[in-house]
Amino acid sequence: MFFDQQKSVMAFLQHFALLLALLIVFSTSCKAVTLEVGSVEVGYNDSSKSSATEDTSTSINGSTDGHAPSVISTLPIVTWKWHHIETPYLVALWILTCWLCKLVCELNHNVTSVIPESGLLIILGFILGGIIWGADKAQTFKLIPTNFFYYLLPQIILDASYCMPNKLFFSNLGAILIHAIIGTCWNAATVGTALWACYEGGAMGTLNIGPLQFLLFGALISAVDPVAVIAVFEEVHVNEVLYILVFGESLLNDGVTVVLYNVFDAFVSLGGLKINAAEIVKGIVSFFVVAFGGSFLGVVFAILISMLTRVTKNVQVIEAGFIIVLGYLSYLTAEMLSLSAILSITFCGVCCQKYINANMDEKSVTTLRYTLKVMANGSETMIFVFLGVSAIDKNIWVWNTGFILLTIFFVVVFRFIGVFFLNWVLNQSRLIPIDITDQFVMAYGGLRGAVAYGLAALLDEKKIPEKNLMLGTTLIVVYFTVILQGITMKPLVQWLKVKRAAHSDLKLIEKLNNRAFDHILAAVEDICGRIGDNWWTRGWNRFEENYISWLLMKPKARKNRDYLFSIFHKLNLEDAINYVSEGERQGSLAFSRSDEAANVDFKKQFGSEFADVMPNIMVDMSNYELGIEHFSVTSIVKDTIPSVSLDIHGQDRKNAMDDINAHHLLQQHLYRSRKHHRHKYSRSHFSINQNEDEVQEIFQRTMRSRLESFKSTKMGVNPAKKITKHHKKELTHKMPNGHPDGTGHLYGDEVDIAVGSETGAINSTFMRDTYTVGAGIENPVFLPDMDSPTHSPPWLMETEAVAPSQRAQRRLPWTPNRLRRLAPMRISTCSTDSFLMADVSLTLEEHEEHSQTDHVEMRPVFD
Amino acid sequence: MGSTSSTLLKIPNVEVLMQETGFSPAHIIRLHDRFKALDKEGRGHLCPQDFGAIKELAMNPIGDRIIGAFFSPGKETVDFHTFVKILAHFRPVDKDRPKEPNSPEPINSRSNKLKFAFQLYDQDKDGKISRDELLKVLRSMLGMQVTEEQLESIADRTIQEADLDRDEAISFEEFRKSLEKVNIDHKMSIRFLR
Repeated sequence: MFFDQQKSVMAFLQHFALLLALLIVFSTSCKAVTLEVGSVEVGYNDSSKSSATEDTSTSINGSTDGHAPSVISTLPIVTWKWHHIETPYLVALWILTCWLCKLVCELNHNVTSVIPESGLLIILGFILGGIIWGADKAQTFKLIPTNFFYYLLPQIILDASYCMPNKLFFSNLGAILIHAIIGTCWNAATVGTALWACYEGGAMGTLNIGPLQFLLFGALISAVDPVAVIAVFEEVHVNEVLYILVFGESLLNDGVTVVLYNVFDAFVSLGGLKINAAEIVKGIVSFFVVAFGGSFLGVVFAILISMLTRVTKNVQVIEAGFIIVLGYLSYLTAEMLSLSAILSITFCGVCCQKYINANMDEKSVTTLRYTLKVMANGSETMIFVFLGVSAIDKNIWVWNTGFILLTIFFVVVFRFIGVFFLNWVLNQSRLIPIDITDQFVMAYGGLRGAVAYGLAALLDEKKIPEKNLMLGTTLIVVYFTVILQGITMKPLVQWLKVKRAAHSDLKLIEKLNNRAFDHILAAVEDICGRIGDNWWTRGWNRFEENYISWLLMKPKARKNRDYLFSIFHKLNLEDAINYVSEGERQGSLAFSRSDEAANVDFKKQFGSEFADVMPNIMVDMSNYELGIEHFSVTSIVKDTIPSVSLDIHGQDRKNAMDDINAHHLLQQHLYRSRKHHRHKYSRSHFSINQNEDEVQEIFQRTMRSRLESFKSTKMGVNPAKKITKHHKKELTHKMPNGHPDGTGHLYGDEVDIAVGSETGAINSTFMRDTYTVGAGIENPVFLPDMDSPTHSPPWLMETEAVAPSQRAQRRLPWTPNRLRRLAPMRISTCSTDSFLMADVSLTLEEHEEHSQTDHVEMRPVFD
Repeated sequence: MGSTSSTLLKIPNVEVLMQETGFSPAHIIRLHDRFKALDKEGRGHLCPQDFGAIKELAMNPIGDRIIGAFFSPGKETVDFHTFVKILAHFRPVDKDRPKEPNSPEPINSRSNKLKFAFQLYDQDKDGKISRDELLKVLRSMLGMQVTEEQLESIADRTIQEADLDRDEAISFEEFRKSLEKVNIDHKMSIRFLR
């Protein structure tokens, strides 16, 4: 085991080394081109454009002309066109490399459980950076802010906001906003001034930094990074309130930080002397305009998206793409209007999720979710790797011990002070106060990340002479928080015994009661005659239901939208999936007849899904357990393979041989579907084409089989006839308000009379059997293949020769007897006039009231 | 605060009431004002019609059940003491207050909150939520959007989830167990009653 793992790791590392070598070759070959590649996901197509518009540092110098058409003497068969594809190629290569890094990190879970993945990625980034440095003697690749802010960040934020637990977010919005706005301002101001004070005090020698620049630095370093926070907290599983507080705060405070940064940046450009009261007021006003303007723009885009998804039904394939593009546009538009882009895309994602999930097809929702996850995880990986790579650069490192250490110290200390103070204020009015350990983790979770680095890299060297010191310090703060705090976070959470997220199953009763509690609280507030939280919630819900949903949701989506019902639906889906996978675990056919498997959860599923169809059975189901014991005691089933025996294990043992036989037979006689060969490529549809001919064919065969069976029964070959008749009567009699059409024919003829006293239990057992049989047949794969009745297999002959007793009829489908039940469906494949015969068989069946119930069973398939 | 104490003095046994419910004098006064406002005819007690007069409450899908919870069986009226005691269920749990081992369980304890919710379902007071009782609540809460069959299957599923002894009904014990993971202190508390 261990050896295997090691081997695979070794093999992988070899490949990885190969790839790195390849990379180095490439990077050295383009040494002339000083190109900084961050990456892109949207970027490949227009990478020529983007690289042209990129930073001034991106200069594609003389060498680009190298591929200009020169005079050729002869026709070249192939040519080396590196310069044509250089940029996209490098981008793609880097993406690949970064993702492979992630793969390496995830190879061993023992490591990731100690060091968070983000930290590992940074460390791998160091190694990569070292390799590049060794090859190029200069850092040719690093994370440049433009790429980061336009191509890497948006999808992360969009993903985070789209997957945000909405209710939790909005119910804690007050606390989140206070932390994000006041907390960030507090951090920026205090870190800035404290550093400045220390500088004045002579703690860091002589630096060319003014007080405003210190404040600017304080602003950029106060950005708690959502990327880092998610990466660490996802592995820790803290309780949901704590999670949403940290996460929501980090998401929103990025926006706030960028705004603050811009304000201070403008102040720095303005110069200390020109700043007067009016300018400061303007700065504050601009802060609010930018922040709230961005949020508002996001909401506008959310409305646009929701309305758009109302009408995208016909282009379902690209439905999901609309959300991504419009989300990205909301980001860019905000950027264009110099509003807060991060806040814009955040609110866009948070606000539209509910409506688009209702409007879009379920498949599109899944697509969207996965696409966003791929993009977000992908760029997150790249960000961390490049945070590592960027560090290996001699040029950016200006060391100033005092500045760096003091920055780390102040960042941590003021974060703690801010969080504790704000939480104390919040706890005065919170229903459930945030307890002290949670507060500690909140403060400790203030990880700095790529946003801070991006902002630092954006600094203008002309205005801020000490840019490199700030950049380097930011990187160190990032490493300190992401790696050190990241590593210690998990032990800390365990040691402090922070409440973890309760891993609870979704339960209908909980949801139901939550609904009830809401009503109760609203009512009590009314009785107390005060306007409280629940009054607002209810008011909003009503408004939302009446107007917003009307505007943003499809009428159809509005109708089946009741939350409780959708939960119910979801639970049922889950059960169904479990049920099927349980079946597959046991081999599909074995499952459908195995009592053990059915026992697992059957009652639950059965009860919930078919309760409305068969109320009587439901009642019987309650006696189910009782029936079992009773049954195994009664020795009706003593002889072989009893279908009603619930003594599972015994039966299994007895059945083993028969099982093998039957399985073999079935495999030989299954209807071989030809569907697989008919996959048609379609640009816009995934579905396997439903071939009508095939359906037709199955239909004809089945109809024909009925006729055959009719013949055989008429000639008295089938001894089951009488029994069946008898039993059907009994059943219909027993279930006066069951739907005869829907239920009656679900009972196979093997339902025997002998066990009248136990009817309840037996019925349920049979129900189960035959129901799944029906389901099996619905799948054409399970139709027995058609061999002509004259060539009936030996086991059929055998049973007929023996002329089995009534008891033998009551066997599992596994047994030859049960298979015989399927036998009548076998017909000659060469028949052409099956339709005619099918009609005949139908009418005949109606006329004579005897019924081969198992054949009627087939009917739903064609309805 | 002369007016405060004078209002308090008008209420009989106010000390006992505060002891039992944990409300502060300010809360008691506020609730007393509200009580008087609801009691339009000044009889000193409330009857169901008084509650029915609250407009919002009439729109509440389970409003009548909540009104019913104020009246103990066989009684047509509710006096101020009972009124406050019922509302005390919704006082948030205070963690700071030292626990006295001998004191009786406070009204706003978790299990008392749950009991309050439970009796809203259990209208026939047999200690069990039967399928019919659950269906009635579901019907009023889910309303138009769901068909009767769907309602029934939801009810069945809900009962199955909670029903441990397979008697097709939810006893209080089962009710409590099924909601073990729900933060009742949070869900059944009102902030301004703190």
